[in-house]
Amino acid sequence: MTGVRGGAVRRTAGVLALAVVPVAVLAVFFVLPVAGMVGRGLWPQGSFDPSGALDVLTRERTGRVLAFTLLTSAAGTAGSLLLGLPTAWVLHRLALPGARVLRALLLVPFVLPTVVVGVAFRELLGEAGPLGFLGLDGTPFAVVLALVFFNLAVVVRAVGAAWESLDPRPAEAAAALGATPWQVWWTVTLPSLRPAVVSAASVVFLFCATAFGVVLTLGGLRYATVETEIYLLTTSLLDLEGAAALSILQLVVVAVLLVLAQRLRATPDPRARRVAPRPRAVRRSDAPALVVTGVALVLAATPILTLVVGSLRTPDGFGLDNYVALQTRGSSGALAVPVTEALAVSLRTAVDATWMAVLLGLLVAVVVTQRSRGRVERTVRSGLDAFFMLPLGVSAVTLGFGLLVTLDSGLLDLRSSPLLVPVAQALVALPLVVRTLAPVLASIDDRQRQAAASLGAGPFRTLLVVDLPVVWKPLLAAAGFAFAVSLGEFGATSFLFREDAPTVPVVIFRLIGRPGEGNYAMALAASVVLAAVTTLVVLAVERLRVPSVGAF
Amino acid sequence: MLAVQDLSVAYGGVDAVRSVDLEVPTGEVLAVLGPSGCGKSTLLRAVAGLEPPYAGRVVADGEDVTGVPTHRRGFALMFQDGQLFGHLSVARNVGYPLRLRKRPAAEVAGRVADLLTLVGLAGYGDRLPSTLSGGEQQRVALARALAVRPRLLLLDEPLSALDAGLRERLAGDLRRILVDAGTTAVMVTHDHEEAFAVADRMALMRAGRVVQTGPVADVWRAPADADAALFLGYARVLTGRPASAVLAAGGLADADGVALRRSALRVVRGTGEGRLRGTVVSAAATPEQARLVVEVEGLGRLDAVGASDDLPAPGASVRLVVDPARLAALDGPTERAADRRT
Repeated sequence: MTGVRGGAVRRTAGVLALAVVPVAVLAVFFVLPVAGMVGRGLWPQGSFDPSGALDVLTRERTGRVLAFTLLTSAAGTAGSLLLGLPTAWVLHRLALPGARVLRALLLVPFVLPTVVVGVAFRELLGEAGPLGFLGLDGTPFAVVLALVFFNLAVVVRAVGAAWESLDPRPAEAAAALGATPWQVWWTVTLPSLRPAVVSAASVVFLFCATAFGVVLTLGGLRYATVETEIYLLTTSLLDLEGAAALSILQLVVVAVLLVLAQRLRATPDPRARRVAPRPRAVRRSDAPALVVTGVALVLAATPILTLVVGSLRTPDGFGLDNYVALQTRGSSGALAVPVTEALAVSLRTAVDATWMAVLLGLLVAVVVTQRSRGRVERTVRSGLDAFFMLPLGVSAVTLGFGLLVTLDSGLLDLRSSPLLVPVAQALVALPLVVRTLAPVLASIDDRQRQAAASLGAGPFRTLLVVDLPVVWKPLLAAAGFAFAVSLGEFGATSFLFREDAPTVPVVIFRLIGRPGEGNYAMALAASVVLAAVTTLVVLAVERLRVPSVGAF
Repeated sequence: MLAVQDLSVAYGGVDAVRSVDLEVPTGEVLAVLGPSGCGKSTLLRAVAGLEPPYAGRVVADGEDVTGVPTHRRGFALMFQDGQLFGHLSVARNVGYPLRLRKRPAAEVAGRVADLLTLVGLAGYGDRLPSTLSGGEQQRVALARALAVRPRLLLLDEPLSALDAGLRERLAGDLRRILVDAGTTAVMVTHDHEEAFAVADRMALMRAGRVVQTGPVADVWRAPADADAALFLGYARVLTGRPASAVLAAGGLADADGVALRRSALRVVRGTGEGRLRGTVVSAAATPEQARLVVEVEGLGRLDAVGASDDLPAPGASVRLVVDPARLAALDGPTERAADRRT
């Protein structure tokens, strides 16, 4: 018995050894800052005194902020599902010419920098914008619309991927038994898609509830969510206790939500056959779904087009003046460096963040997908899996501010290190990398490795022959995705950037905050440049055809 | 009940079904038999309304249903692997079409119990489909399909997913249940024995066309051509002089070709009967009979059977008797498939 037990201990130790680097990184750069931030609120003068934090929770404004957060998130999630489900069906099940390009284009809003999304919607809904007559600017509706714009792709991709491989025959059998299309949807299709729908909905809700850039640019001071309120309390009011209280509140809400989603999700039947049904020709009865898809595409395209048009508008007609102006620091000294230099900083930072995220993500994915031999090992693995998903649910603002306040403590003064921003961005991108790689690694049949080994391949050779051919494409896709996410990251970066090296999203936010027509037009041009770069990256990623990219 | 008129269906850019005509009178079971890829499943899907035809009509009870959506046709479809809804219990699966039609709960419960008894699964109501064997799942699927007494039952390879012994038993049950319920049915299959066990009539399909229809026994006894014969389980098709020789030996009129079952030629010892002579090439005994390969003078190597207790050694000279009931004369051009084995 001791031999068996010894083996189990050794294996568990092996898992932990492999996991030690990512765990350490996450502990130092994530757990520590977040705990530090929360700690500062609860131990204001060095002694435990939660009264200040509790005081914040009883404020009337806090209640309003929480209600607004939950309402907009619920509305954003509902909107994303309503538009996303029919779109997922049309783009993944029908033989529609150009469906692949449309799927790729729908992914663009998701990776657009949140600040850019905010600017685009202001341009669209503002007084001078094409939809200005609706009077939506500065209303909660604008926030919800932007949240839907942003998260539509999550629903389309997550549900679409499940739908694509769904066996069509149970639905056909139901139809042949007399079920109307609506009855088929409720009694057969939706139950089979439920895991995908629930997980997409919970991720979207999470993104909505922690949205920062969008709400900050569209909601202003009047409409704040928990996330922007944390930002406001820390940066403007220097109310750390209040911010800490809200951070804890947010953590609790997110944790409850994730547990609920896990309950609802119900693991899919592993015996359910995955098939590759032929896309069906479009019929007249598809009209309603096609109309919804059209609406979704218009919603995705209009803000971007408005942004492009706005960036080309000059005081005397149209031209590239605003793009030329990107070489300057803006009018009345809005910026410390020209935008072009910020772009260089952004690209450098994104490269660093990408290799960090991919390296960490690969380690994590390997650790969480290896087959467990015992109960303890399985518990350890699933615990690690949940641990590495943490950055998904924690406010980027909390993370950013936490890093700022904790990393000055003697030993590890990284505040002025050029690596701090990439590290924070890598942590934000980490869950996406893991979620892209883990399903791929899990899908490799262990017997293939055993077969290679039995034919005389050593461990390295096995890796080369079995794992690498399957993994290199997802790895590349995950790298591209991490790059795009890092380019657009704003929440954490807004705390951590150095004045002489701001990233483009930071610069854009500065520009729209400063008076002057020229500054605003420059912000539009910078947004277009940033959007164009991210779009190119995402289109390249999409060409790799990795199904798990962007699906959770 | 069902009439398919000049129906053509394209599937994946290919003409899968080409101007097919079929008639199925009320209460009859028709088997559509053909090799995989012959278009039989597409034909069934078109009848069900799952695949739109580009020409022709589907008529049910005198009413043109070609453009009617699947769920309003009043048919039922049963797939190869049942396609039970995994998230519903057996009873809820069977009651599904009844609940769709908003029947009262008591009526649904009663009918479900009756149906489960009919298919021999009484007491299985609370089980989940995943806990049943393949054969039991097919029985549940059949009960579900019969629940609302569909005017037409469509069966897509209903027994193919089962292993041999079970298939044979379930085929008999299927026949009994369909006849008892008086159900009109179209069954698609690639297995001629399945068709023989379940159907009244048979339609042979090849490359999208129906090449022969008729009562099962008639088609079986007189295949339209060499390909049909080989598909129906005949072991060998001979043409020209060898065909004439075999037909003459069996006391039959001459024809363009002849399709032989494995047991069409029987080896006999002695000199009395048997008009064909040959030399044994190989011989193997099975519990039922001896299986031999014989080099027949002027005809080449042919399969033959003999008594298993009297196994001739290779090289032995034998005579062969032709059993006219185990062969089929073929008329018309048989060149294409001549001397080809399945």
